[in-house]
Amino acid sequence: MKCSEFLQELTNYLEGVLDDRTKAELEDHLAWCHNCYVVCDTTKKTIEIYRGSELYELPEDLRSRLRSAIVAKCQAHNKAGPQKV
Amino acid sequence: MATIQQKETEPVSDELALVQAAKGGDVSAFEELVRRYDRNVFRIAQHITQNREDAEDVVQDAFLKAYGNLNQFQGQSKFYTWLVRIAVNEALMKLRRRRPERMVSLDEEVKTEEDSLPREVADWSPNPEQQYNQAELREILTRTIQGLPPSFRTVFVLRDVEGLSTEETAEALDLSIPAVKSRLLRARLQLRERLSRYFQKRESGDGKQ
Repeated sequence: MKCSEFLQELTNYLEGVLDDRTKAELEDHLAWCHNCYVVCDTTKKTIEIYRGSELYELPEDLRSRLRSAIVAKCQAHNKAGPQKV
Repeated sequence: MATIQQKETEPVSDELALVQAAKGGDVSAFEELVRRYDRNVFRIAQHITQNREDAEDVVQDAFLKAYGNLNQFQGQSKFYTWLVRIAVNEALMKLRRRRPERMVSLDEEVKTEEDSLPREVADWSPNPEQQYNQAELREILTRTIQGLPPSFRTVFVLRDVEGLSTEETAEALDLSIPAVKSRLLRARLQLRERLSRYFQKRESGDGKQ
């Protein structure tokens, strides 16, 4: 397996959806190609860091303000009858 | 090397019942749906618009549009996927309005794969995120993802941050599955490469410049 072929399979590998044969070929490549090992490992870390990052959390006060506004407009929409918002 | 764990998704067993009730005008049922997904919609909107006020507007506009068009939701997809599709469109409209000089499209041409090939590969320190305090890390992660083209960061956010499947991401963005996979690979590799500036092992040892 070449490095470019490895990259093409990286997403499927990280998601664990490769067939056994391709997975074995890929892991064989990782065992001797340090660059690809690092790319694989740090890509996985990249995803995990973003997933755990809690960027852009919605503060509770803003959250309830937005929700109240949405509910009020939905109620107004009900009263106004079946027309588009 | 272990694979990435998928996020647990909210139970959907009662979701269709909530949607049905909301279709009949039950606002409290719809409020429960808002409560379930408002944080996700806000995150997605802020990632796309990169503007807090716009993201607040998108939360309101997307839920109102969903409420007004509930009859068009046939239940073939998850309610959340349908909602995300509405929210992404609202967010893209905001982005286009704010940056009319730049065409913003999820269909923008994807260049050949070669430019994603990592050139210089440096290993990271163990637990690289612990080299920075929370505010510094947040700044690094925000700046890094903001540097991606909108079509890449949207796919990354839906797929990797919000945990939608490839198929759901394709449906929400009206893209083909190969297009989602291609953008996701390039987004992940570009983020990895950019984060390496902050997280790579240094000769001096402490990881900071």
